Amino acid sequence: MRIQAEHLSYVYNEKSPFAARALNDVTLTVEEGEFFGIIGHTGSGKSTFIQHLNGLIRIPSSLKKRKKYKSDTVLRVGDFDLASPKTDFRALRRSVGMVFQYPEYQLFAETVFDDVAFGYKNFAAEKPRKEELEDAVRSAIEMVGLDYAAVNDLSPFDLSGGQKRRAAIAGVIVTKPEVLVLDEPAAGLDPLGKQEIMQLLHRIHREWCKTVIIVSHDMDEISENCTRAAVFSEGTVKYVLPPAELFVHTDELRELGLDIPLTAKICEALRRRGIEISCDFTADDLVRKLLARREGIC
Amino acid sequence: MKAVEFRDVSFSYGEGTFAIKNLNFSVEEGEFVAVLGHNGSGKSTLARLCNGLLVPDAGSIRVFDLPVGDKTLYDVRKRVGIVFQNPDNQTVASIVEDDVAFGAENIGLTREEIGRRIDFALHAVGMEEYRNATVARLSGGQKQRVAIAGVLALGPKMMILDESTAMLDPRGRREIMQVVKRLNEEEGITVLLITHFMEEALLASRAIVMNGGEIVMLGTPNEIFEKREELVKYRLALPRISRICSRLREGGMPVEYTLDYEILAEEIAKCVSKPSI
Repeated sequence: MRIQAEHLSYVYNEKSPFAARALNDVTLTVEEGEFFGIIGHTGSGKSTFIQHLNGLIRIPSSLKKRKKYKSDTVLRVGDFDLASPKTDFRALRRSVGMVFQYPEYQLFAETVFDDVAFGYKNFAAEKPRKEELEDAVRSAIEMVGLDYAAVNDLSPFDLSGGQKRRAAIAGVIVTKPEVLVLDEPAAGLDPLGKQEIMQLLHRIHREWCKTVIIVSHDMDEISENCTRAAVFSEGTVKYVLPPAELFVHTDELRELGLDIPLTAKICEALRRRGIEISCDFTADDLVRKLLARREGIC
Repeated sequence: MKAVEFRDVSFSYGEGTFAIKNLNFSVEEGEFVAVLGHNGSGKSTLARLCNGLLVPDAGSIRVFDLPVGDKTLYDVRKRVGIVFQNPDNQTVASIVEDDVAFGAENIGLTREEIGRRIDFALHAVGMEEYRNATVARLSGGQKQRVAIAGVLALGPKMMILDESTAMLDPRGRREIMQVVKRLNEEEGITVLLITHFMEEALLASRAIVMNGGEIVMLGTPNEIFEKREELVKYRLALPRISRICSRLREGGMPVEYTLDYEILAEEIAKCVSKPSI
C-alpha cells in the first residue's frame, strides 16, 4: 500500500490557549515495499504524523460531524481515503499496524497467547475458530523469534525486556498488516538487543509486512537500514531522501538539532584532511571504499 | 573515604538464581564510575542495594561509613539519591518547584532552607526559568533534570543514575550528561552511572562491567573497550567505531583502535591515497 499525504496540517488543543501546531502542510509519499525512516527531534511532529496513518488522529473532513469542513488535505493509504467519512477505519487499522514506543508497557493479558490473540480477535469480522486463532497467534509469535511452546502459556510479565518487546510486536503483526509503523522500536534496549530488533524488523519486512516505517533518533540505525528517510522539523518535512543523499547535508542536519551517523562523521573528518570518500553511509560501504583506496604499506 | 562499599553481598529476587552474587566492590568519594552490562546483568539491582531500596540476603553494604540497614535508611537516602529511567513516573507534584521541594520537605527542613535548596538545585540543573512551570509540559530531558534537582535538594553526597538517559532523545541525553559531569567536577558529588551508551561511559574515570550478578571487568573506559572479545562474551555490543576499526584492520589497513572518529580519520589518512589534483 502506498501512503500519500498532501497538505496535511494538525493543531493540538485547537482554539485553546495551549494550541500548538504540530504539522504544517506536510506532503510526503511512502512507496509500497519501502523500509522508511522518520527522523526529527522531540516535538518535530513525527509522532503526530504517524498517528494519522491508521486514523488515531483523524482529519477533520473524515469526521461525520465536520464533513462540511473544506480543505485540500489528501491522505491515502492504499485504497483507503482517510479524508473521507465513508472510510472503514477498522479495516484500515487491520492493514496498518502501529507499534508505539515501549510497546511492552501495553502488555496486559494473563498469558502471552491471550495478549497476542487480543488484536486478532478484536479485528476479526466474526469470532475466529479456535484452530484459526491458534494458527495466527503461533505464526506471529514464531515470526518475532520467540519459542511458541515455551512462551505461549507464560505471563507476558515473566518475559525479559527484549522478549516482552517481541511479544508486543507479535500482538500487532498478528493481523498481518501490510504496513507496519514503529515508534522508536529499539529504544531502551541494550546494544545487542537493538541489533536483534533491527534484524527482526528486516525479517518482518521480507516475509510479512510489505512496508515498514520506523521513527528513530539513532542516525546510525537510519543509515544502515532505511531505503529513504524523511526529516521532520517544526511540523514540516525538510528532506525526503535515501540515506546516501541525506547525510551529505551534515551542516543542515546539525542546524536542525540532529545528529549524523558515525560513517558521515568519519567522511567529514577525512574531507578536512583532503580525502573525499563518497559512500552510502553504511559501515559496509565505507569500509569497502576505504580499503579500495589503501595505498602501499603504511 | 569510601562512598559505597559492598562486602560479600548477595541478593536474590527468589527462585534460586542470584541477581547479585557475592559482590565486593567500592567507590571512592568524588569518583565517577560507569556500570555497564546487558539487560538482566544485575546493574539496577546494584543501584537499588546502594540506598536500601533492596536489602541484601547476605553480606554488608556501607555508604559513607554508614551501614545500610533499617535504622539508618533515612540517613542513607539523604546521602545517596537515585534518578531512574522513565521521566514520566518519578515526579510527585504538578509544578516544578513543588516537585523539587518534595524530598526536602519530607526530611523536615525549615522553610527558608528549603527555599535555598530549591534555588541551588534548579540553578545546578539549569532549570531556574521553569520554576513555576507545569512538569507535564516539559520535555523528557527537562523532566529528568527536574528529577535530578529533586535529588540535589536533599543535599546528597552521591548520585546514582539508573539508565536515566535511555528514554531521552540525543539532545536530552546531552543535557543530562553535561549536568552530571558538572555536579561531579564542581560539587564533588560521587556519581554511579548505569548506562548502555558507550559514549556516556567514556565520561567516567572508571568503568565496571557486570554479568550474571558479578563484576567481570574493571578499569578505565578505554582499557575496557580495548578488550573486545571479552565485551562480546558479556553480551555487550562494541561501540560502532570499534567495529569499523576491526574491519579496516581485517582488510589490511593497520589503524589503531580508537573511540574518537577524528583520531580514526587521522589514522586512515596515513593509509589512503589522496586524489591527484
